[in-house]
Amino acid sequence: MRSRTRLAPYLFLLPFLVVFGGFFLLPLVQSLGMSVRAYAGPRASRPVGLAHYRFLLVDPLFWVAVLNTASYAALFLLVQVPLSLGLALLLNARRVRGRALFRLAMLLPFLAGNVLAGVLFTVLLAPGSGLVNRAVGMLLPAVGANLNWRTDPVLATVAIVAAVAWLTVGWGMVYLLAALQSVDRQLYEAAAVDGATPWQRFRHVTLPGVRPVLAYLVLVGTIGGLQLFELPYVFLQGLGPRLRGLTVVQYLVIRGFDRGDLGTAAAVGWVLVVLITLAAIPQLRRMRGSQ
Amino acid sequence: MPRPPASPPPPSYRSAAAKAALYAGLVASAAVALLPLGWMLWAAFTEPDAPGLTLAHFADLFARFPVGRWLANSLFVSAAQTVLVVLTSTLGGFALATYAFPGRRLVVGLMLGTLFLPSQVLLPGLYAVVLRLGWADTFAAVVVPGSVSAFGTFLFMQAMAKVPAELVQAARVDGCSELRVWWEVALPVVRPMVGAYTLLAFVGSWNSYLWPAAVLLDESNYTLAVGLASMVGLPGYEGRSGVLMAATLVAIAPPAGLFLWLQRDFVAGLAAGAVKG
Repeated sequence: MRSRTRLAPYLFLLPFLVVFGGFFLLPLVQSLGMSVRAYAGPRASRPVGLAHYRFLLVDPLFWVAVLNTASYAALFLLVQVPLSLGLALLLNARRVRGRALFRLAMLLPFLAGNVLAGVLFTVLLAPGSGLVNRAVGMLLPAVGANLNWRTDPVLATVAIVAAVAWLTVGWGMVYLLAALQSVDRQLYEAAAVDGATPWQRFRHVTLPGVRPVLAYLVLVGTIGGLQLFELPYVFLQGLGPRLRGLTVVQYLVIRGFDRGDLGTAAAVGWVLVVLITLAAIPQLRRMRGSQ
Repeated sequence: MPRPPASPPPPSYRSAAAKAALYAGLVASAAVALLPLGWMLWAAFTEPDAPGLTLAHFADLFARFPVGRWLANSLFVSAAQTVLVVLTSTLGGFALATYAFPGRRLVVGLMLGTLFLPSQVLLPGLYAVVLRLGWADTFAAVVVPGSVSAFGTFLFMQAMAKVPAELVQAARVDGCSELRVWWEVALPVVRPMVGAYTLLAFVGSWNSYLWPAAVLLDESNYTLAVGLASMVGLPGYEGRSGVLMAATLVAIAPPAGLFLWLQRDFVAGLAAGAVKG
């Protein structure tokens, strides 16, 4: 029996270790090796040192991609986190009827994913026939029903942020609602006894109670935001007005798969790793600090 | 509706006005969440400027695109990937949570160190590996790399750490094999998490685009997400909202069905994860 329990964990981990090693760690190392080589095809390459990284540093298009991606990630967080928290607070109110039903409705969009959301918003925002433009045409006849959300840089940005918010707000709300429901109710009673105002209760009881979950949502939102690709790719059908569709991953795809420049694509991947690590460190520190 | 036991008594919405505002906020938010899906249904089943319901968009969709094939491909790929990733994650998580063995710290360290790596950094290297295996344009190239997950294994390692050691020991004394301990003792304890993770894995696989689009080349091998993305830019489909929305409806139905089946587990599983922080 003792030898059995000695061997068992390795057998249970074997499938994970084999696939994780062969299809995660190996390609990861391989990507690093590819980032210092120039490719003329998948099998024809020569070493070029750090040339790809140096090229990225001075390529204005890459900088546009980095700034676009960072600004989208910041906008998503500014929109998603407050909305998720607001909805969770509403749903957490005492004696809300139909809480499960509201939660279900708000959670449904997450099933769609980035590609379907891109298609859905393409149709929803279509000039003339789309629901949004019809509503705008009716409410604001001066503006009319022919706003083109794909060719105006500001409208395109609004559309992409709105689509991501539609996908993710309900998701964040479910996490926050669970955290709100686990806040010790005696703390609220104590605050009430002390004569705390609703704002003081929110600031000193509710907010500390949900802070770890808020930090987690900011972390996941930052990481996800920096990997933005499918939604603008489908919605804008190209780089979009003033290159608003050019994200870091879009840049990687164009380099690697449209032009076969796998070396530069691999270098972009590693720059993305650095960007995400830099953005994640303060969040991870905050999460650890609040535990 | 039964109130959860730990439900706090936050702000009291006692006045009628506050109550009306609360419900107005909730109804408006639910409407915003559902409106795009409602518009999808409406556009899929109606002809612009013509009264009544129609199935013409679906007929058009299935006649012009291999959507049946894409649907079958997606169902196969996502089902296979989900079953495999739930199996490998619960087995691996069980091993890491239940046993003390040399190498355990190394495995946990590797998993944690790679948890937040963007999958896109793998693309060039994974592409090279898959070409070397001769897997270009095969489902194996999509299913196998997604059949394990550091996140999933870590998730079940944490969840199964709560399985009481006495329970495991008692099962062994009763003559259970280690595999039966996993199946009959550990898995039932984390059942809601299994439901939540199954849905998460299926939806993630169903909607994944970049890697399948990179390795599935022939149109008849596309998954639904890849096929659907390829439809949007086709000339002439710009204004064909009905066909696009019919395709979107076909694509969203399977994950929606699974969601309705597993939603109780899903919310409970997410909540368990959230409270831990």
